[in-house]
Amino acid sequence: MIISNCRKIVGGIGEGEMLVTTQPINFLAMVDAKKGTISDPLHELYGKSLKGSILILPYAIGSSVGAYVIYSLKEYGNAPSAVVCSNADITTASGCALANIPVLNLPHVSVISQLEHGRKARVNADVGTITVEPWQ
Amino acid sequence: MELSRDEEKALDGDNGEALATAYRILVAIGEATGAQKLVPTKWAHISGVNYNTIGDEGMRFLEKFSHAAKFAIRATINPMGYDRSKPEDISHNFQQRQENIARSYERMGATPSFTCTPYEVFEIPQKGTVVSFAESNAAVFSNSILGIMTNKESALSAMSSAVTGKTPLSDLRLEETRKPKIAVEPDFDFMTELDYGLLGYFAGREVKDSCVALSRVKKLDTIQAKALCGAIGTSGSCGMFTFGGKAKEKITFGKKEAQSVRDELSSANDGDIITLGSPQLGMNELKLLANITESRKFTRRCIIFCSRAIYNNSVKIGLAGKIEKSGAELKCDSCICLTPYITKDRFDAVITNSIKGAYYLSKSNKLKVVLKDIKTIAEEYMK
Repeated sequence: MIISNCRKIVGGIGEGEMLVTTQPINFLAMVDAKKGTISDPLHELYGKSLKGSILILPYAIGSSVGAYVIYSLKEYGNAPSAVVCSNADITTASGCALANIPVLNLPHVSVISQLEHGRKARVNADVGTITVEPWQ
Repeated sequence: MELSRDEEKALDGDNGEALATAYRILVAIGEATGAQKLVPTKWAHISGVNYNTIGDEGMRFLEKFSHAAKFAIRATINPMGYDRSKPEDISHNFQQRQENIARSYERMGATPSFTCTPYEVFEIPQKGTVVSFAESNAAVFSNSILGIMTNKESALSAMSSAVTGKTPLSDLRLEETRKPKIAVEPDFDFMTELDYGLLGYFAGREVKDSCVALSRVKKLDTIQAKALCGAIGTSGSCGMFTFGGKAKEKITFGKKEAQSVRDELSSANDGDIITLGSPQLGMNELKLLANITESRKFTRRCIIFCSRAIYNNSVKIGLAGKIEKSGAELKCDSCICLTPYITKDRFDAVITNSIKGAYYLSKSNKLKVVLKDIKTIAEEYMK
């Protein structure tokens, strides 16, 4: 499956298993950058590792310092390979721009439901596509 | 997004790596918010100052960046982790790292304001002025109460604007986005500032737009306004509210909804410390506190956060002394959120009236929280 017409927010290419959530993330309050995991027991991705994943979320919420948490994930070697949002926000965009993590915005919020947790995907932010395995 | 020739060159690194980084960040947030161009911005308020929030990686980045970058416009900064004049209780390691971060910001030309309420400390520009505020309560307050225009900036985007003097023309800087589509309407009468905080948290959580209408919310006093702005900024992506106004859709905020926010954030019945000041308290709040604490003493330890500027003013007029007589400790430069003054190994549960404080105390500091309004706190924990 290929999802095209995604909007490029930060260019680049990434590949990994999709980590999908429909719940927004407050990166400062919910992510442990050193461990690379979601640390909020109330979040549906609690305990999951972001490392090397294609993180698919609606958008970031809350603290403006979340951008530094995204940068720290990268510096600790725990960053996602790429990030996909349904409503890309300033915190995600700026943190990923500094950390050189590719970011795409989905053509429509409903597309999130087509993306299956755990399946492998390739994000090409330069051309705006997400390719999901089985590869064609 | 279209860049001017000079902006293109700066993005390509013609003016150095630091400016190129700043433009790369501005282009990314411009794309995220659907901007067509960059416009001048007058004032950047930058978050990402507290060592407990940006950590070693943030500290190292800022040290390197600050040797190559200079702020081009007025730049003020958020609270750090501790009160520089009261370093007792704070580890040498923390102080050293915190001061390293402070020095980086000052090297670039920031005013060492260490406040999350710049709107109470600095002169406010004319309505309609474009600014770049990263601190979420300050962004919401500025858009909604002061009529100056900012997006809900991130720590990095506000700093990029400080370096370039530019910001994307998008989102809450466009009149059409400042017209809400959804209204949140309380169906009960509000008694305390905490009710406004609960409403703000609920509205921010439920409404995904940048601007929300709050029906039946009339003129607010400073305490109510700050409780509301702090809470909206915490739970969502909303950067502005309007007092009433036309909206297509309505969501009711009843007692059940208020209770659901309480249940999410308030996890204990009693606490061993009281803390106030997220957002940091201003003169109005200190005056109120001086009144309600007069001739009484706190029965729990009580830490109150305000900015250095507000503290200095309150000392001059004798307000600080009055409050300190109650046993409360006033701390500057810092706030409730992620401060090493209030940690799990020192306390079990914290009593506060701040929704934003409660959120970070429980999520980040892993402490239990008791939410009560300021007058109830005084009634129950003073004699």
